[in-house]
Amino acid sequence: MLSEKETVKIDISDLSLFYGKKQALNNISMRIPEKRVTAFIGPSGCGKSTLLRSINRMNDLIDGVSISGKVVLDNVNIYDNGINIVNLRKRIGMVFQKSNPFPKSIYDNVAYGPRINGVKNKAELDEIVENSLQGGALWDEVKDRLDSSALSLSGGQQQRLCIARAIAVNPEILLMDEPCSALDPISTDKIEDLIIQLKEKYSIIIVTHNMQQAGRVSDYTAFFYIGELIEYDKTRKIFTDPNVKQTEDYITGRFG
Amino acid sequence: MSEQKQEKSEVKPGEFSTASLSLTTKERRFGERAIELGIYTVSSLSIIFIFLIFAFVLREASPIIGYTLSGEQTEKSAELTPEELTRAKEIVGEDYPILTHNSEITVSALIHDKWEPNSTYPRYGIWPIVLGTLKSTFVALFFAIPLSIFAALYTAFFAPLRLREFIKPVIELLAGFPSVVIGFFCLITIATFAQDLFGYEFRLNSVVGGFGLSLAVIPIIYTLSEDALRSVPGSLNEAALALGATKWQAAYQVMLPAATPGIFAAILLGLGRAFGETMIALMAMGNAPIPSWDVFDPARTFASTIGAEMGEVVFGSSHYQVLFFLGVVLFVFSFSINFLTEFYIKNKLIKKFRGNE
Ligand SMILES: Nc1ncnc2c1ncn2[C@@H]1O[C@H](COP(=O)(O)OP(=O)(O)OP(=O)(O)O)[C@@H](O)[C@H]1O
Ligand SMILES: [Mg+2]
Repeated sequence: MLSEKETVKIDISDLSLFYGKKQALNNISMRIPEKRVTAFIGPSGCGKSTLLRSINRMNDLIDGVSISGKVVLDNVNIYDNGINIVNLRKRIGMVFQKSNPFPKSIYDNVAYGPRINGVKNKAELDEIVENSLQGGALWDEVKDRLDSSALSLSGGQQQRLCIARAIAVNPEILLMDEPCSALDPISTDKIEDLIIQLKEKYSIIIVTHNMQQAGRVSDYTAFFYIGELIEYDKTRKIFTDPNVKQTEDYITGRFG
Repeated sequence: MSEQKQEKSEVKPGEFSTASLSLTTKERRFGERAIELGIYTVSSLSIIFIFLIFAFVLREASPIIGYTLSGEQTEKSAELTPEELTRAKEIVGEDYPILTHNSEITVSALIHDKWEPNSTYPRYGIWPIVLGTLKSTFVALFFAIPLSIFAALYTAFFAPLRLREFIKPVIELLAGFPSVVIGFFCLITIATFAQDLFGYEFRLNSVVGGFGLSLAVIPIIYTLSEDALRSVPGSLNEAALALGATKWQAAYQVMLPAATPGIFAAILLGLGRAFGETMIALMAMGNAPIPSWDVFDPARTFASTIGAEMGEVVFGSSHYQVLFFLGVVLFVFSFSINFLTEFYIKNKLIKKFRGNE
């Protein structure tokens, strides 16, 4: 149920996905708006991460995955033959549940994406690194120690570094899989503020188990249950007046 | 015991509770104790054996160290007639002492470029052996490092699962290959083939031998590097790929650097093996102590010198002592490498790569 005035960024239709014989997604169809935050919620194992990873074809890495249906990004079905997956992934940033900075310096982490995109000029890289770290709300904390190991940062800082690293290549879409699940409330606040800022430039999809978080940051919310999309609507509608009983039960915590 | 039994009987049948377990009763675990003790004994024994071996080698070599510390080289010159002396000087040269087979050898007599322990006026210069060892170890690593690291990268990140499960054990099997077989193979086949190909003068040389050594070293470096690469969290690979890196970029730019400590350790262990390997060096390297930097000249190593000469040496002679001295050098070198691997790599590099600066 996308409002008329939204621009569709990703159009998913009839997407089904199997891990071997086990079906993880069942005929998902949904249209994800541009420059909005869309939240995926649902009980553990319902396929949120799987759907998220289908959007940048990370599931291709797993043996025995078979996929049918379409994911259309700017009029191109990314599951067509001959799609350049490397370029696709360059246009879609991803932040993982567990922060995974490279065991390199803070600077090199952020500069990694631009570098593989061919940016060599030092001044240009410096600028990208600074802007991205500012975008990741980390600049002030690390500006004096860009050369120290990313692994010397705290968990929350590492996650913001991963966000900075993802936005350094200027993606159109940002996929975030439970980005705050391992963080303390203060770091979580920072990242939520960040998400709200970032949606001016990026279309964001966030998977979360935290209902308050979904309510705070997202414009649209999709509720999944055992591989099916149960309900998808404006966040306010989902949280105040859901159409489906299952959604209401889940949101109010009465899920059994 | 009786107390425990009583307490246990209070628990109703079919109901299990840990609350009744007494905290003050002594633990009785004879079985576990015995196993612990057994393991402890065996491991202490192996450490003791290593020390004993080293002590023995050191003792046999100790005269050399003793003479070096206490003073002069004894020369036989006084016992010779003037004629014999001139003759001896002609053979040995002005700058080397005239020795016998029972002279007291000092380290300075070892720093020389002729190894002729069995001639009438023996010379014990180990420089050709040092060079031979350096050359063959270098050649071995020159072949082994790139090959095994690329192979490790391939099986860790590119090979389909089935292929990996085939390749890895096969390469590991090579590690258990008797080195005499590798030596024989190099001596007969590789030597001729390489000579036909490059047309150099000596059939057996440190390239052929070094290649043979690399066959022994590759499985070590390969297996350990592969383990190191695979122990890098897959999430780093995903992070790189999600940023739009190609598989190769992710492997080469992210996974390989992250595995550096382990790969470095693998290389060091491979180096130790190349350095100490005896049979291949003995069979495939021509075994001539030539003081030359040319890798296509025949060569001999510390290990192969000991292997070739220890069997025939006169017990307690200077030659015998010198061979044991070579053994000490070998031992100290291998030990330092293992020490370096253990401490430097584990502490410094891992800290560097895992943060905490
Ligand atoms: N690599 C895999 N191989 C096989 N099955 C998988 C794999 N990854 C996920 N699955 C299965 O697919 C289903 C959906 O998993 P997914 O990770 O998408 O759930 P999720 O909604 O993200 O759960 P969570 O909230 O716990 O992260 C689960 O039943 C899971 O067991
Ligand atoms: Mg998940």
